[in-house]
Amino acid sequence: MLRFLLGRVGLLIPTFLGVTLVAFSFIRLLPGDPAELLAGERGISPERKAEVMEQLGFNKPYWQQYIDYVAGIFQGDLGVSFASKKPVLDEFLTLFPATAELALCAIIIAICLGIPAGIFAAVKRGSVADQAIMGTALVGYSMPIFWWGLLLIILFSGILQWTPVSGRISLLYFFPQVTGFMLIDSLLSGQKGAFLSAVQHLILPSIVLATIPLAVIARQTRSAMLEVLGEDYVRTARAKGLPPHQVVGLHALRNALIPVITTIGLQVGVLLAGAILTETIFSWPGIGKWLVDSISRRDYFVVQGGLLLIAGIIMVVNLIVDVLYGLVNPRIRHT
Amino acid sequence: MKMRNTLKATLLGASLAVLVATGASAKTLVYCSEGSPEGFDTALYTAGTTFDASSKPLYNRLVEFKRGTTEVLPGLAESWEVSEDGLEYTFNLRKGVKFHTTSYFTPTREFNADDVIFSFGRQLDKDSAWHEYTAGASWEYFNAMSMPDLIKDIVKVDDYTVKFVLTRPEAPMLANLAMDFASVLSAEYAAQLAEAGTKEQLNQQPVGTGPFSFVGYQKDAVIRYATFGDYWNGKQPIDNLIFAITPDASVRLQKLKAGECHVMPYPAPADIEDIRADSNLTLMEQQGLNVGYLAYNTKVAPFDKKEVRKALNHAINKQAILDAVFQGSGQSAKNPIPPTMWSYNDAIEDDDYNPELAKEMLAAAGVEDLSMKVWAMPVQRPYNPNARRMAEVIQADFANVGVNVEIVSYEWGEYLSRSKDEERDGAVLLGWTGDNGDPDNFLAVLLGCDAVGGSNRAQWCNEEFDALTQKAKTITDKAERTKLYEEAQVIFKEEAPWATIAHSVVFMPMSSKVSGYVMDPLGGHWFDGVDISE
Repeated sequence: MLRFLLGRVGLLIPTFLGVTLVAFSFIRLLPGDPAELLAGERGISPERKAEVMEQLGFNKPYWQQYIDYVAGIFQGDLGVSFASKKPVLDEFLTLFPATAELALCAIIIAICLGIPAGIFAAVKRGSVADQAIMGTALVGYSMPIFWWGLLLIILFSGILQWTPVSGRISLLYFFPQVTGFMLIDSLLSGQKGAFLSAVQHLILPSIVLATIPLAVIARQTRSAMLEVLGEDYVRTARAKGLPPHQVVGLHALRNALIPVITTIGLQVGVLLAGAILTETIFSWPGIGKWLVDSISRRDYFVVQGGLLLIAGIIMVVNLIVDVLYGLVNPRIRHT
Repeated sequence: MKMRNTLKATLLGASLAVLVATGASAKTLVYCSEGSPEGFDTALYTAGTTFDASSKPLYNRLVEFKRGTTEVLPGLAESWEVSEDGLEYTFNLRKGVKFHTTSYFTPTREFNADDVIFSFGRQLDKDSAWHEYTAGASWEYFNAMSMPDLIKDIVKVDDYTVKFVLTRPEAPMLANLAMDFASVLSAEYAAQLAEAGTKEQLNQQPVGTGPFSFVGYQKDAVIRYATFGDYWNGKQPIDNLIFAITPDASVRLQKLKAGECHVMPYPAPADIEDIRADSNLTLMEQQGLNVGYLAYNTKVAPFDKKEVRKALNHAINKQAILDAVFQGSGQSAKNPIPPTMWSYNDAIEDDDYNPELAKEMLAAAGVEDLSMKVWAMPVQRPYNPNARRMAEVIQADFANVGVNVEIVSYEWGEYLSRSKDEERDGAVLLGWTGDNGDPDNFLAVLLGCDAVGGSNRAQWCNEEFDALTQKAKTITDKAERTKLYEEAQVIFKEEAPWATIAHSVVFMPMSSKVSGYVMDPLGGHWFDGVDISE
């Protein structure tokens, strides 16, 4: 197991270096530069532009900027945001808990609904229920997030007034950020009603963000289950008289879960991408909106630092998935 | 230790805010702002969203724009004198002005000349310890308004008198000093931060003299302010002001309707009718201090001939553009300055929509089978909500008079940069929003000879026009300046370096409970004097 783990970690190093190169090049390949965008319609004189670029260190040769960037990473310094003048890492750590909280809620919803729905559809293969579940999953998978979010807001917040429109908590509550996770911080604050308000604010954005992963997990579970249900050992289990819930729950599900776990791991990237739109609609102060704004104002350090951190998180999640995979399926860790 | 202090300060601030918010008669106004401020030291930035959250609620300037106008009134300076040669501006400062007391700063003295010297000195003096006090600090607006060339010296005459010495007479100087970058910060607070080695806090935890004091900012979510009881211009009717950052226009409207906020900026044009129909909402509207235009490149044939430019102006159906692009939130433009600006020459007649005349004029100018490029901006701006659509209407209009148009576009930064090129191929769609309400800020900045290769996208240098605007800049008498600018507009219309397209109308929806809100012609959002009923 240790060799397996070391091998997986070893693979991360070249991937990480590749990510630094991609993150660094990506923002510089885009046309336009921060000085021009800052000046807007008025324009900026070539002399002033040279001054600004020098001050920001963007006048150095690219290779030197890259070396500075990588050297900074090893010292925990990702540079300072051109806009806010704050260290990129500080901004990321302030905003990331909001994204993580939303993504966690979304993935929990997706797993709790997606796996049972997939199992049910597989067991009742060909039935009306199966078709209804798979049809709904297809609709969910194809759902334009922005439109879906607005639709839910108009219905549940506007017409029915069941949920708040946007934000993380009611403006009435104001307490210092301890963990950055609003559900935890609202409990720690001890203010009456704060936790409930945080939960209410999480409902719609979590549903919106969970929609696509839910559909994917449901479809993946169904197809994995169908494959496993056709195997000899399932037939044997049935033949020896095991009750159906044991056949499905114990024998089939454990094996069917292997590809499903991989899918869930891959959904982390999807969640972070979906967070950009969800955060914009629900005024959710996370890293998605922060990165998009930074790209549009060519805030080089934020983009290269933010992308690296996100890529790092996805890599770690995938490592965890690999390890889980190894635990669920012992054959994997011996190959 | 530092961290513990920060935590203590945050906790104090938090408890203070909760106390204020839960007070029996506390009035809280929530503004659904469209974006996040980049920071709170206004002079470091150029974005209106940042100004709304920093300079407007928190700070004052030596002079201020009268609410809802571009008229300059006394602010932190009670009065001022301008020397006869126009080179010296002496400001007599207001006494008894207090800075905010917050959880992180308790002032020991009132506002005085040191604060003015500090606020401008750090922008002007490259050797100042505060010139690069935070990473990437640059004073773009100060530079853009040519202040480093214009200000020779700032002298503290005594504790309540400050003198600005200029290198040349500059009539718009007073208006410039009412702009956001000229906000006055506390020198005492800056010294305290310098001593503690936390200079960058000047941009994160602001202290000013304005109507509201800073309570806290949760990045990209909420900014909280409390009314400043000792404000020199009187206490505000509301107790708390909250900015709930809500980037999407449709969501802002839903929040407004649900009562989660009371005022919102920038509604989607499609929602205007819905807002008008809602009896719980009030819709304020005002002409924006802006202009959207199509700038020909007057240095490149055949657009170097004014007859060709005139002919093309006659080919454009502005009403069709107003209908298709502005959807009722625009007004046809005939001059390069908006009608709400002083010196607007209303006697000028616009080039009417007359394709037949355009064809004749093109033929008379010897232009046949003309093909040209029209540049469409990739972004939405107040003066042009949809440049691509506008370019398509112009393309169809020009096709009617036998001119073939190819529409081109670039990424915004690239667009701004390439459109400055004097050899540029094609006419450019662009526009301008006024900075300070002075006509010089449109006419000289956008059409002056000095701006060719820069913000003068028509690359148009007309000596007569330039002489008029340059002269107007050196005179302080407004009536005299008005005459000169009116004449300049006549020359502009005859020469037609641009097709002037439209001035937009700005809408501001709010709850009908809100009273006292005044729209700012310069596009800012102010909450002093605003009240809300229970």
